[in-house]
Amino acid sequence: MSNILFTEEQKMVQELTRKIAREKIAPVAAEYDEKEEFPWPIVKILAESDIFGVYIAEKYGGMGGGVFEMAIATEELSWGCGGISLAFAATGLGTFPIILFGNDEQKKKYLTRIAKGTVAAFCITEAEAGSDAGSIKTTAVKDGDHYILNGTKQWITNGGEADIYTVIAMTDKKKGARGATAFIVEKGTKGLDFGKKEKKLGIRGSATREVIFTDCRVPKENVISKEGMGFIVAMKTFDYSRPGVAAQALGIAQRALDESVKYAHERKQFGKSISSFQGIQFMLADMAIQVEAARAIVYRSAQIVDAGEKNIAKLSATAKTFASDVAMKVTIDAVQIFGGYGYMREYPVEKLMRDAKITQIYEGTNQIQRGVIAASLIKELKQK
Amino acid sequence: MNVIVCIKQVPNTTQVRINPETNTLIREGVESVINPFDMYAIEEGIRLKEKLGGKVTVLTMGPPQAEEALKEAISLGCDEAVLLTDRNFAGSDTWATSYVLSQAVKKIGDYHIILCGKQASDGDTAQVGPGISTHLNIPQVTYVKKIEEINDKKARVERMTEEGFEIIETPVPCLFTVVKEINEPRLPSLKGKMRAKKAEIRKMTAEDLNCDFDKIGLDGSPTRVVKIFTPPARKGGEILKGDIQEIVERLAKELKGEI
Repeated sequence: MSNILFTEEQKMVQELTRKIAREKIAPVAAEYDEKEEFPWPIVKILAESDIFGVYIAEKYGGMGGGVFEMAIATEELSWGCGGISLAFAATGLGTFPIILFGNDEQKKKYLTRIAKGTVAAFCITEAEAGSDAGSIKTTAVKDGDHYILNGTKQWITNGGEADIYTVIAMTDKKKGARGATAFIVEKGTKGLDFGKKEKKLGIRGSATREVIFTDCRVPKENVISKEGMGFIVAMKTFDYSRPGVAAQALGIAQRALDESVKYAHERKQFGKSISSFQGIQFMLADMAIQVEAARAIVYRSAQIVDAGEKNIAKLSATAKTFASDVAMKVTIDAVQIFGGYGYMREYPVEKLMRDAKITQIYEGTNQIQRGVIAASLIKELKQK
Repeated sequence: MNVIVCIKQVPNTTQVRINPETNTLIREGVESVINPFDMYAIEEGIRLKEKLGGKVTVLTMGPPQAEEALKEAISLGCDEAVLLTDRNFAGSDTWATSYVLSQAVKKIGDYHIILCGKQASDGDTAQVGPGISTHLNIPQVTYVKKIEEINDKKARVERMTEEGFEIIETPVPCLFTVVKEINEPRLPSLKGKMRAKKAEIRKMTAEDLNCDFDKIGLDGSPTRVVKIFTPPARKGGEILKGDIQEIVERLAKELKGEI
């Protein structure tokens, strides 16, 4: 899509993250996928290029962009690798609670570090609390000036690698969702440990790990917002982060399209390049239509979030669902266009298909998203 | 440590096309970039500044659009940029170009080191760097792959040769041309890009530099390009395969000219 509507700053973000994706990430993506390692050398490059600060306010050392700038960067980096890009994108997920609900001291202390390239993570999911985030078992019990955290968080992106963790724990179980509180916990805090490293289908250049709290004492200054606000912090964070997941899906989808067009043009069968066959042409055109539609909705939703629209749950969910479904569809088509080669790890498209799948699942499955959308529709009807 | 880095804007291609009529490079339709070898000079200049303080001034002679190359250098961390642009410079060969650059260096003044890439990827002459130092009458070391030690009096560097490397000590100020082994150039940063956007590029003409007009441009250039041609592609070597005894015998025979 043309970037003619972008500001100068947005063009810079796009240009630089595109350069990093093409020159630094794409060449090593298969290697990280194979080794399942955390991409520290790429994190260093992103930090030195100021990318971590794209969505952080200037007074905390960032460039003052918002969800849209973050989405632009995530899309480009995910073109390079949908796993490696998470070092950046999931840091955003861990950072939004502080941006949205943190007090000035917390912002000064943590956002300045994150803008310089400190990795963050968001801890909400547990073994028995996935889509049903209300059934969190991790507890936080007040003890003087501290809270004592106990429990195990599961499938935490950037887990073990991040230095800053935003954690949702129950301060009052009786109140259910209203008894949840958000905390900031720094790596190195006694009682914060890391468990099993997960072996995954895709996004293998990202770390997914258990985060374990055992009598972990967290000072009360580290409460985000106030006691009982944890669930609201989490839901609002997801409203802001979903365009980011959508952008990750979009980057993967664009890569699938680019690789497919290139391959279809090069691949010769029956004495002609396969891009001259209408069967392939229609597939490529349909992929392009879907990718462009996804981009339109991702960009628009991010811009609307940044413009300050309050009721964004439906739009965020729509962007996330549509873009991730598109990513899945076009990556499957990419493998099909590559034929037997597409099935081989030597070629880049099977990885895209594996990486795309998670975007339909995490930060709320697409079924949960459709539930959110439907609930909004019914609510809107009742308000009419 | 004040560093001056001389760069050139070149077409972004390894397949340089030549206009057979005029014997000049065809630039149309090709994106322009900083000469890849100059990126190492820029990086080394920035590293010297980061280690020792001072500033890095980047310098180029070229058409007005060469400003883009200078802005990119600023986005990487160079402090100031000077563009030498004047219709009278057009057609300058390596001798005239290095004369103009040396005049600019004199104008800028207050420097310790001049850094250049070992050669430009379009003309491939490797003459402008050494030319500048000759016009300035300062020492030069070409093909530098490591700056071991440097202060405002002297420098010790490693210089690549075909057989290995030499260690050379030289008084400062001096000029180095650098090879790609010297470092790994960084990418620009967002803050650097924003600084570059706002940066004022100083422009200087032949008159500003007090150039002798007989020494610049096509008429001031002693070089005459008589003909440019593409040399025939080298034929690939032959790889002998099979039983080691047999291939050694075959190789011996080939070398003796018996086959």
